[in-house]
Amino acid sequence: MDGGSAKYLTDLVERVLVGDTGALARAITIAENRLEGWQLLLSRIHPKLGRAVVVGVTGPPGVGKSTLVNEFTKEQRRRNRTVGVLAIDPSSPISGGAVLGDRIRMTDSSLDNGVFIRSASSRGRLGGLSPAVGHMVDLMDASGRDVVVLETVGTGQSEVEVADLADTTIVVCAPGLGDDVQAIKAGILEVGDVLVVNKSDQAQARQTEQQLRAMLMLRRGPRADIEVVKTVATSGVGVAELVNAVDRHVAGSGQAEHRIARREHRLQRLIIESAMDDIRARCGGNEELIASLAKAVRCGESDVDAASESLVRLLLSGNR
Amino acid sequence: MTISALLSRRFDEHRKLSASRIPARLKILLAKVGFDGHDRGIKILTSILREHGHEVVYLGKYLTVAVVVEAALQEDVDVIGLSFLGGSHITYCQEIAQRLRERGLGRVCLVVGGVIPDKDIDPLKQAGVHAVFTPNTDTRDILKFLDNFAAQSAAAAAQIT
Repeated sequence: MDGGSAKYLTDLVERVLVGDTGALARAITIAENRLEGWQLLLSRIHPKLGRAVVVGVTGPPGVGKSTLVNEFTKEQRRRNRTVGVLAIDPSSPISGGAVLGDRIRMTDSSLDNGVFIRSASSRGRLGGLSPAVGHMVDLMDASGRDVVVLETVGTGQSEVEVADLADTTIVVCAPGLGDDVQAIKAGILEVGDVLVVNKSDQAQARQTEQQLRAMLMLRRGPRADIEVVKTVATSGVGVAELVNAVDRHVAGSGQAEHRIARREHRLQRLIIESAMDDIRARCGGNEELIASLAKAVRCGESDVDAASESLVRLLLSGNR
Repeated sequence: MTISALLSRRFDEHRKLSASRIPARLKILLAKVGFDGHDRGIKILTSILREHGHEVVYLGKYLTVAVVVEAALQEDVDVIGLSFLGGSHITYCQEIAQRLRERGLGRVCLVVGGVIPDKDIDPLKQAGVHAVFTPNTDTRDILKFLDNFAAQSAAAAAQIT
């Protein structure tokens, strides 16, 4: 990197830290696409992190997550808190393209300076979160947002990874998805710090709520103490109660220590992930070598463990 | 050649390759402003662009110019596509182009599609619209235009760094 781009990044970081919208948008693009200087950008903001409360919102497609996030954001604004929203939609496994349609439900706040909304695709991570998502949340935190909302499609592994990033995870369910509730009982419900029954004006809402409460009764320990909130996101009913429930969870005993420990844990994981990415990138372009190792294993001259060990040794020694 | 020499050469090649590899994927905002609610075309285009590998932020209809420009700013998009089937394209495009400049988004490529009379194409381009697609446009030509734009902006970005 030359001096010009280093200066550009330094300016950009400063503008992000004072909450400039355009700078935050650009910084997120740099982190998302790993454009030149992304590591420098992130290393500059790391000491400034941890001020925002990160709220994860997950649940099956169609339960009303985006509409709920829209109302949740408005309620946070009524309490004079600034909000950043990061909404993840799936990308096509075939073309890599994506339709990011969450924002269409969030236009209520789009002219409010205190709200920053960003859509992103899962970039091929089916059901998971790309490491860039954590960086994008960090940037919103660094820009001084009081609350950062991370909305994901509740499929695959994403919900577990949301819980890794978020201080409080909201799992949204809807009535009339009887089998669906059964299906997610052992899955995403377990990571929820607050459970929401949205569309609770529908006939089966009571039944869904009872199912959730019955499930919680079987739990032991702190995870049994989970609040269930009923909402109607389209009209805003119950959303103030939801914000109260999130506030209570954030203020709950041991949460402050838990937050610090989780951030520490996440940094450790980022280092491991980055190391694995590095190894994987070094494997690319070494097909010949890997093919010859595979041949050696097939002929019985070596075994997979030994081949992998020598591959790693060669990859790491060949390029410093 | 020893394995480590082979490796080292490969690393250099790989590094050069990944440095020069620029994603052709564009981030595109599609929206309708004003009171025209005909959104069939823009929804079809949304799907076509996704199939082609682009990331499309679909913002919906009945929007104001201010909402579209703020969304473009926060989403940091490369392209804005507006659909008009109600005859109000010139007024809105002048307004949006000016607001884009005011918000420091002069670099964003603004394209327009819909029912646009031939005589309006020049005034639109003067207002700052980069391309106009009419009902006669082959969708492959839209994709080609976007590919060219992606290649140009990649080349421009390579010159800056």
